[in-house]
Amino acid sequence: MSLLEIKNLHVEVEDKKILNGLTLTIEKGQVAAIMGPNGSGKSTLSYVLAGKDAYNITEGDILLDGESILELAPDERAAKGIFLAFQYPVEVPGVATMTFLRTALNAQRKLRGEAEYSTPDFLKLVRETSAKLGVSQEHLRRAVNVGFSGGEKKRNEILQMAILQPRLAILDETDSGLDIDALKTVSEGVNRLRSPERSMIVITHYQRLLNYIVPDVVHVMSKGRVVKTGGKELALELEAKGYAQYSDEAA
Amino acid sequence: MPAVQETVDRVRQIDVDQYKYGFVTDVESEKAPIGLSEDTVRYISAKKNEPEWMLEWRLGAYRRWLTMREPDWARVNYPKIDYQNAYYYSAPKQKPELASLDEVDPQILETYKKLGIPLREQEMLAGVVRRDQDGNVLPERRVAVDAVFDSVSVATTFKEELKRAGVIFMPMSEAIQEHPELVKKYLGTVVPTSDNFFATLNSAVFSDGSFVYVPPGVRCPMELSTYFRINEANTGQFERTLIIADKGAYVSYLEGCTAPMRDENQLHAAVVELVTHDDAEIKYSTVQNWYPGDADGKGGIFNFVTKRGDCRGKNSKISWTQVETGSAITWKYPSCILRGDGSRGEFYSIAISNGMQQVDSGTKMIHLGKNTTSRIISKGISAGKSNNTYRGLVTAHRKATNARNFTNCDSLLIGDQCGAHTVPYIEAKNSSSVFEHEASTSKISEDMLFYCRQRGMSAEEATALVVNGFVKDVLQQLPMEFAVEAQKLISISLEGSVG
Ligand SMILES: Nc1ncnc2c1ncn2[C@@H]1O[C@H](COP(=O)(O)OP(=O)(O)OP(=O)(O)O)[C@@H](O)[C@H]1O
Ligand SMILES: [Mg+2]
Repeated sequence: MSLLEIKNLHVEVEDKKILNGLTLTIEKGQVAAIMGPNGSGKSTLSYVLAGKDAYNITEGDILLDGESILELAPDERAAKGIFLAFQYPVEVPGVATMTFLRTALNAQRKLRGEAEYSTPDFLKLVRETSAKLGVSQEHLRRAVNVGFSGGEKKRNEILQMAILQPRLAILDETDSGLDIDALKTVSEGVNRLRSPERSMIVITHYQRLLNYIVPDVVHVMSKGRVVKTGGKELALELEAKGYAQYSDEAA
Repeated sequence: MPAVQETVDRVRQIDVDQYKYGFVTDVESEKAPIGLSEDTVRYISAKKNEPEWMLEWRLGAYRRWLTMREPDWARVNYPKIDYQNAYYYSAPKQKPELASLDEVDPQILETYKKLGIPLREQEMLAGVVRRDQDGNVLPERRVAVDAVFDSVSVATTFKEELKRAGVIFMPMSEAIQEHPELVKKYLGTVVPTSDNFFATLNSAVFSDGSFVYVPPGVRCPMELSTYFRINEANTGQFERTLIIADKGAYVSYLEGCTAPMRDENQLHAAVVELVTHDDAEIKYSTVQNWYPGDADGKGGIFNFVTKRGDCRGKNSKISWTQVETGSAITWKYPSCILRGDGSRGEFYSIAISNGMQQVDSGTKMIHLGKNTTSRIISKGISAGKSNNTYRGLVTAHRKATNARNFTNCDSLLIGDQCGAHTVPYIEAKNSSSVFEHEASTSKISEDMLFYCRQRGMSAEEATALVVNGFVKDVLQQLPMEFAVEAQKLISISLEGSVG
């Protein structure tokens, strides 16, 4: 069974139609890249998968392990292993990153009926994981994303992913804002998490990221639907020719 | 359904009846006859075996009170209080003198257990090791608990050690007997008997409270704590507390309270007076969680408090920290009179209102001396149909050259049926004073909640986390163990406020 099946998904926001019959399947262990022009609905898709309110699903279904998740709250989806690395990570003033991580991890575990992490085990996990991703102890003490640089915010998203160990990770433009070195560290972090048990949707505008995180498949989105699917060479082709041909196709 | 709507709907259904601490302890009590007259004042004074001067002081206040009117300027609404239909004194019937906790009525101790407020020194004796969030062992903290049950102190501990340090910590009623010269010298010098309607009423009928005197140069060896509780229907509570830090002394005093559920409104009009001499410091912290009333706001505590500190000596300091989550009506403005040159006043406040609660709270910083400084950090959180007003006054008098104040006043709204209001009064009568004022009002952001929920937190966990972040600047002013307790209290008081 596929991990994720998105079937003919139609989504509106404030009466504006954004997704137009999007169909997409993600296999277990697969890394799928999604590319597409600005405003084509990539972030919308990621929010809808994560269960954000205010999106009105007028048609279609989303199945995880063959079961619809449309009725599940965001935290229930998170507990089932859906993780979204936000294109624009949110600041949470006054809440230390460490506290945030711990609250999130234990909340998920509680929902799954697993035991909470003990303080020493949790500290060990965070120390090891953050060291690999080059996140300093000082950052862990600071409030979540407050005053973080663009790159630091993205790195913090990947740290959360590494701690929460999701089954389906959606990375929305995680590469934007990263310098060359950070891109490498973050990509290594992501690659370490690749496993037959974990699927990823990597949303990006740049082929460069896909040199580091090599996708199994590349989808092109335009005007709220998938208009082309191919191998990793598709990304190279897009880099050279742009999206012009697909905008016409979708119209 | 969009989250905002969901949140609002849930807020409508708040069931404040579930108030966790709403139970009544069945302890026989002894009451003054109903109503208020000179006879009531004489009854209370006689019960306490007070000297003549104390009775005269009370009677003077009572006569003054008869000429005063209840204030009506605060943004609170409540049914008219019938002062003749309340009791002004009640004491649990038990042996008057207690040597140790063992002698305390077990039912009273059971009540504290239900409240989840352990008598902390028991923990200490049992060798409990406390850890902070990161797993570090906290330094042992010792808290002397002068447990006030209804109006009479029933247990006083750590007395010996305090005595060795020369610190006087005892119920006010005892201090009147044992240290009349100190009581006479200081009582009513910060909050005069004529100060305001509620303070004057308190002066006439105050039942008990704490008295603390820290002699020159002494750093009080432990934090002092009192748990207040109102337990008798229709019993006005009139606590009277007086804390004096003599030259170079330091003391930290913690006050925390909860009250059981009752149908009748319960009037509470406490007075707290603080005095610091040269180079002395008093840190006064409050965690207040009285019964807020049911879903319609019925039955909650009316809390009209006068708290004031007088930085009488140079370079002295008074700091108020409060976490206010309870009461139907809160009318409370802990203030500092910065009389001594170079003295400093601080006010850190978290005020949470939910359901039908009405809070009108804030502070006054009155700069009289040169180079005096003050700092105000106020965090108001409104949910449900509640109203939360910050009212602050900062003044610098002509001689208060180079006075400095910094005020930061933030409000957070949960749902769209609650209100937050900020009423700052600022007045400088000299040109060298600098006052800074920052204020913000925000709604709890759906993006922030979604971010937290995407990571696995429920709506309530997410709200509690965001709110705890919002109040962090104030929480960290509390002693560690109280910060942890306060954090729990904040989550409890917001239960049911989000969908
Ligand atoms: N809440 C909203 N209200 C109105 N329009 C919205 C809302 N959210 C998204 N849209 C619109 O939907 C379209 C798709 O937006 P989305 O953010 O999904 O695009 P994207 O593919 O992620 O673009 P980018 O590559 O720039 O990140 C855009 O036209 C956007 O303006
Ligand atoms: Mg996007």
